Amino acid sequence: MRPFFSFVQKEFFHIFRDKRTMLILLGMPIIQMLLFGFAISTEVKNTKVAVFDPSKDASTRLIKERLQASNYFDLAEELTDPGQINDVFKDGNIGLVVVFSEGFASDLRHTGDASIQLITDGTDPNQASLITAYATGILTACQQELAGMAEVSGRIVPELKMLYNPQGESAYNFVPGVMGMILMLICAMMTSIAIVREKETGTMEILLASPMRPIQIILAKMAPYFVLSAVNLATILLLSAFVLHVPIVGNLGLLVAVSLLFIFLALSLGLLISNVVNSQMAAMLVSGMGLMMPVMLLSGLIFPIESMPEILQWISAIVPARWFIAAVRKIMIQGVEFHAVAKEVGILALMTGLLIAVSLKNFKTRLS
Amino acid sequence: MNQEWVIEAEGLTKCFGAFVAVDHLSFQVKRGEIFGFLGANGAGKTTAMRMLCGLSRPTSGKGTVAGFDIYRQAEEVKKHIGYMSQKFSLYEDLKVWENLRLFGGIYGLKDREIAAKTTQMLQELNLEGERDALVRSLPLGWKQKLAFSVSIFHKPQVVFLDEPTGGVDPITRRQFWEMIYRAADQGITIFVTTHYMDEAEYCDRVSIMVDGRIKALDSPKNLRNQFQVPTMDDVFQRLAREAKRKGD
Repeated sequence: MRPFFSFVQKEFFHIFRDKRTMLILLGMPIIQMLLFGFAISTEVKNTKVAVFDPSKDASTRLIKERLQASNYFDLAEELTDPGQINDVFKDGNIGLVVVFSEGFASDLRHTGDASIQLITDGTDPNQASLITAYATGILTACQQELAGMAEVSGRIVPELKMLYNPQGESAYNFVPGVMGMILMLICAMMTSIAIVREKETGTMEILLASPMRPIQIILAKMAPYFVLSAVNLATILLLSAFVLHVPIVGNLGLLVAVSLLFIFLALSLGLLISNVVNSQMAAMLVSGMGLMMPVMLLSGLIFPIESMPEILQWISAIVPARWFIAAVRKIMIQGVEFHAVAKEVGILALMTGLLIAVSLKNFKTRLS
Repeated sequence: MNQEWVIEAEGLTKCFGAFVAVDHLSFQVKRGEIFGFLGANGAGKTTAMRMLCGLSRPTSGKGTVAGFDIYRQAEEVKKHIGYMSQKFSLYEDLKVWENLRLFGGIYGLKDREIAAKTTQMLQELNLEGERDALVRSLPLGWKQKLAFSVSIFHKPQVVFLDEPTGGVDPITRRQFWEMIYRAADQGITIFVTTHYMDEAEYCDRVSIMVDGRIKALDSPKNLRNQFQVPTMDDVFQRLAREAKRKGD
C-alpha cells in the first residue's frame, strides 16, 4: 500500500501546485450554479404586460388588477391603438399584450361570451407558452370571481397544481443537470489529462518499469479527483439548498450514493479516453467536446428528452448523464425511494462495469 | 542462479507483426560491470532494453534479470532494477525532495530511510540548496544527474540507462560518468545505451547491435584490436555500414 499512498500524495502535489487549474476545478461548480440560478432563468417573473382596453369597465379593471397583483406580471403600458402591438414587441420590453374586446363587461353579462386575446412573442416559444399558461391561470381565477358577481353558477373551473415544484422554479430542473455536467466534466477530463500527461512527459515509462502495478497507478490517479469531486458535490448541494432554496426532499444518503457511483463512472470514462489519446490537448478536446456536448444537449439538462425525435432519444440512452440526472431529479425533487430509481442506478452500474473492464484491458495491453 | 551473471539473455526475440525488431539476442552481463549497449537508431536497442525491464513482452527466447525470469517474474524484476529513460524522467512541477519521496515510496522505502538518503544524496550532488526548488527550474545537467541518482535511490542490482547523456555538455557528461563509476563501485551493474563513442570507451564491455542482432561483444580494447582500428568510433562505423535498416 505504501507505493500507492506515495503516488496519491504526489498527485495532490501536482494539483495543489497548479493553482489556476485548482481554482477552475473548485470554482466552476459555484459559478455554474450561480449562473444558472440567477442569470439564466426560464421562469416567468415580473414580465411586462401591455394592455389594450377599449372597454374600460369593472370587469376589465378587475382582470388588470389581478394581473398586476401577481408576481408574474407587471402592467407596463396602456395601448391606445391596436396598431401599436407590433411596435411594443419590437422594442423588446413587453412579454405579453392583453387585448380586451369592445364592450367586454356587457358581452360577458348578456351573452356570457366576452373575448380576450393574449398575444405573446413567438420568437421564444418556450417562454411564450409559459407566459400564456400563467396568464390563463389568472384569467380563470378572474372568471370565477366575475361569475360569482354575475351569479352564474355551474361552471367547471380547473385548478392547476404543479407537483413537487409549485412555484415552477427552474432551479429544480437545472440543479440535477448541473451536478451531472460538473461531475462528468471534472472527473473525466481531469483524469484523462492527468494520465496522458505522464505519457507525454515520458514519466509513464518510469512508472511502468517500477514495481507499481498498473491498477495501482490507475487508482492512485483517480483518488485525488474522486476527493475533489466529492468536494464539488458537497458545494453544489449546499449552494442549491441554502442559496437557491432547492430542498433535498429524498434520502440524502441515497443521493450521495448515486452521485458517487456516477463519479466513479466518469473517472473510468476519463481512463478510457486516456487510453485512446496521446496528448493532453487531444484529451481535453475529446472530453470537452465529446462529453460536454452530449451532456448539454442529450441529457435532458436543457432540452426535454421526451420531445426529442426518436433517434435522438435512442442516442441519449447511451449518455450516462441522462440516467444520472433523471435519478437525481427523482430523489432530490420527488423524494422517491430506492426502488423507483433502480432502473437508472442499474444502468449506471452496468455502464461503469463495462467502462472499467474495457479501459483496464486496454491499459494492460499497452504494457505488453 | 549464476551469481556471476546478473543479466542473461538467450535467443531473445521481439516481433512487431512481420517486422523482427530484435532477432535472437544472446548475451550475459557480469555483476558490477559497466555494459555499453550500442547501435544505430532503429537497431533495436530500446526494444531489447524494454524487454529486459519488463516493459515489453518478448515474442520468444529466454531472459533473466537479477535472477528473475523476465516472463514470469516481471514484478520481481522491476523491484530489483532502476530505469532512466531517454526522455527526462522526473516530475518537473514537483520539488526536488518531492520527487525523491515519490520514488522512494514507490520502491517501498520507509519514511526515515527516504529522509536520510535524501540528505545524503543532495550532499553528494551539491544540491542541498535546491531541496525545495522545482525540478523545472534546474539546469538540464543537474536534472540528468538527479534523475540518475533517483534511478539508483533504492539500491537496485542493475540500472538501465537509455541514452542518459543526450543533450548535455561535455563537462557534465564527464561528471555523469564519474557518478556511474561510483555506482558501479557500490556493486550496481550498469547497462547503458549511448550515441557517444567516447563514452563507449568508458565501458568495461560493449555490444554493438546492427539490424536487431549483436554483431560484436567484447571490451573496447579487444574490439579495437580485433578490427585493427584506433578508436571505438571506427569499430562502430565499420559494423554499422553493413546495416540494411534505415535509422529513424
